Amino acid sequence: MRILSALVMALAMAAPAAAETVLVRDGRVVTNGAAGTIENGDVLIVDGRISAVGANLTAPRGARIVEAQGRYVTPGAFAAMSEIGLSEISGSGAPNDASISGDLIAAAADAGRAFDPGVTAIAVTRMEGVTRAAIAPSSTETMFVGRGALVSLDGGDDSVFHSQAFMVVELGEVGARRTGGSRAAVWPAFEAALRDAREYPGRYRSGQGGAVLNELDAAALQPFARGQGLFLVHIESAADIRRLIRFKRANPSLRFAIHGGAEAWQVADELARANIPVIVDPLSNLPDRFERLSARLDNAAILDRAGVTVAIAPAPGSVDAHQARLVLQLAGNAVANGMEWDAAFAAVSRTPAEIFGVGAQIGRLERNYTGDLVIWDGDPLQVTSAPDVVFIEGVEQPMVSRQTLLRDRYHPSRRNAQ
Amino acid sequence: MRSRLKFVFALSVGIALSACATTPEAETEEPAGRAPYESSYAPQASTPTLIRGATVFDGNGAELTNADVLMQDGRIVSIGQNLTAPEGAAIVDGAGRFVTPGIIDAHSHLGVYPSPSIQATSDGNEVTQPNTAEVWAEHSVWPQDPGFQRAVAGGVTTLHVLPGSANLFGGRGVTLRPVLGARTVQEMKFPGAPQSLKMACGENPARVYGSRNSSPATGMGNVAGYRQAFANAQRYARRVQSAEEGNGEPPDRDLEMETLAGVLNGDIILQWHCYRADEMANAIEISHEFNFEIAAFHHAVEAYKITDLLVQEDICAAIWADWWGFKIEAYDGIRENIPFVHAGGGCAIVHSDSEVGIQRLNQEAAKALADGRRAGLEITRAEAWTWLSRNPARALRIDDETGTLEPGRRADVVVWSADPLSSYAVAERVYMDGALVYERGQINQRPSDFELGQTYRGVVQ
Repeated sequence: MRILSALVMALAMAAPAAAETVLVRDGRVVTNGAAGTIENGDVLIVDGRISAVGANLTAPRGARIVEAQGRYVTPGAFAAMSEIGLSEISGSGAPNDASISGDLIAAAADAGRAFDPGVTAIAVTRMEGVTRAAIAPSSTETMFVGRGALVSLDGGDDSVFHSQAFMVVELGEVGARRTGGSRAAVWPAFEAALRDAREYPGRYRSGQGGAVLNELDAAALQPFARGQGLFLVHIESAADIRRLIRFKRANPSLRFAIHGGAEAWQVADELARANIPVIVDPLSNLPDRFERLSARLDNAAILDRAGVTVAIAPAPGSVDAHQARLVLQLAGNAVANGMEWDAAFAAVSRTPAEIFGVGAQIGRLERNYTGDLVIWDGDPLQVTSAPDVVFIEGVEQPMVSRQTLLRDRYHPSRRNAQ
Repeated sequence: MRSRLKFVFALSVGIALSACATTPEAETEEPAGRAPYESSYAPQASTPTLIRGATVFDGNGAELTNADVLMQDGRIVSIGQNLTAPEGAAIVDGAGRFVTPGIIDAHSHLGVYPSPSIQATSDGNEVTQPNTAEVWAEHSVWPQDPGFQRAVAGGVTTLHVLPGSANLFGGRGVTLRPVLGARTVQEMKFPGAPQSLKMACGENPARVYGSRNSSPATGMGNVAGYRQAFANAQRYARRVQSAEEGNGEPPDRDLEMETLAGVLNGDIILQWHCYRADEMANAIEISHEFNFEIAAFHHAVEAYKITDLLVQEDICAAIWADWWGFKIEAYDGIRENIPFVHAGGGCAIVHSDSEVGIQRLNQEAAKALADGRRAGLEITRAEAWTWLSRNPARALRIDDETGTLEPGRRADVVVWSADPLSSYAVAERVYMDGALVYERGQINQRPSDFELGQTYRGVVQ
């Protein structure tokens, strides 16, 4: 009997049901859009997309009705930075595709082609309400950390829905360390790399070669160097952020977002004017690095009030492969330190989608948006809350993971039965 | 002589600061004769304080509604309804607020791995040989670590600072008060708290020394290393004892052996980093072979698999709420670990092992409580608070001094803005020995010397 139930669960973990027509009725619907939060709202999902949102929707024939009974109904959360799917176990010498050594590849590293939708962290994470993630390598041996991808956490073969979506660049302390140990070398090297990329393939075919990049990296960098992709820049200090703002002013065609930005609150107005989004960690309040000496808990709140586009994720150096689900706790702490709830929730759902260029499809409960929807047993930004139901593209996800199987095997109520 | 002078000076400053303050410690402690390395901690001056009409978790598992808490002379006087304030007492309105014992973190590296984190400040692991039982974490503690101030703002009033886990025997740990403005580690040491020995199971020692092609390189090498060291310590302890009884010369002093002998005779308590159930079981076997106690397993990611063993052996488990997967020995981490240990009758502790996590251990307990309830366990929020104060106090052997709000205990008290088992609650007031050491919103909370004068701090409010 036990073997059978384990089998059923294993099947449930592997193969979610097909998309169906679902009417979620009578919830506290956080649309993340112009309609704001709709009390007693309904959401209709047809063929994996949101078909209607509002009060008193009529269920189409054959629709499955899910009674929300006043519970929070939200878009799925979007982990704005994670290494999920890049390792089953990140340490212990186990294979970890987030970390790249050697001088063969840096900018050309492609997280989307390493992503494994079968890792156990996917089920652990999505049953906590996180349905999408931006993933990227964590380190290479140069300032270029490689190309990130956007993934669904539905565990399917086609989980990577936007590959090579952004290029991660280290332009702060870490970048300096990898560029001769000094920021004085970082920016000239970055500019030289952009030139190499723009002049690819000419200078490589002519035999001249790149000033700083090998051919592989130059080819990978080219679209970003031409303004066709987003640079996600790891910087923390106000001085580095000002340098980036000046650089963008001189290179208006390039697209930048900042990940880190612990001291961004000091330059909030300039960031708003420069239209550079920032992905911040609301727990970053220690001077643990010299580039974070004035980190503070209300960074996200200050930036949001100044009109900066703010998303929330763990700080560079704290991103991992297993705990992406904690973005909701991070957002709750932003609220505890002065950020408006709506902005904080958007910062872990709508805003990451917008920063990474998929804001027209993901991150809202509005007509034609993807049917990623979560029904919660409480305020989703409260650590005590958890999802009751999770849909990805209209498909209800199994609430089973390797962790819940261990939980059930060792449940105190079973101890006597063993 | 020097210590006597210092004491007189401290006492006069205290009196000058607050004329009607009472400083019972100062009056009762002997000014002279502080032994080397002992605590020179002196509670700040305090006024009697009555917190009125709050929801109170007493730290022993009980919740009182609309209750008062009275502190005087640095101690809890009483908790209950309609208490009378002594003359001159400070009155704190507890309406809508929650009052708890101060949080005790049984596993911290503040001071030994301080901010900023650079090579020169990485002082927590003496990674030179697998047995460094001779080193003391307190001798690496930098009192100016800005993390101490952040921890107080999170409601922490006591913390146990340990060496890292690179070695089989990492060295001695120390129980500290996060005293803002302390100039020396002695000024932070919790009076009378025993030192600990930090030991480590598992991957870390085997990886560190195996990669150097020396022992231990494996789990079995780890166990052999522990056993040989304790066998040597038994011989050392016997020779010391024989000499005390007049038989023969004492052995040459050996600082490593002194620590291990201290574990054997119970003066030093054992805090053992161990993730896996089977490795904890091996550790218990070793404790039986050499007849010593284990106070707590730390991290104990698989404690939920051996709750019965832990209960039988009276060993606490100091655990993260939900860390998992970062190593293979952390692969079986589940979010119900803490509540399962609790439900099995064990001594569960929420620990941080993190300069970030220590600032919001209340949220970690909240997660564990919620996950336990979702798994069908009946646990009250006041019971969950025992994971943060009484149980760690027990594991650190300071439970007769702090960890609950029982009359006579040190008045280590936090006033929270709301139910602290929540994301949104913040510590509004933190009392240590009855003295108000933190008040939210006071922008000039004493920053560490390191942070003083740095350019932009505090510009925006």
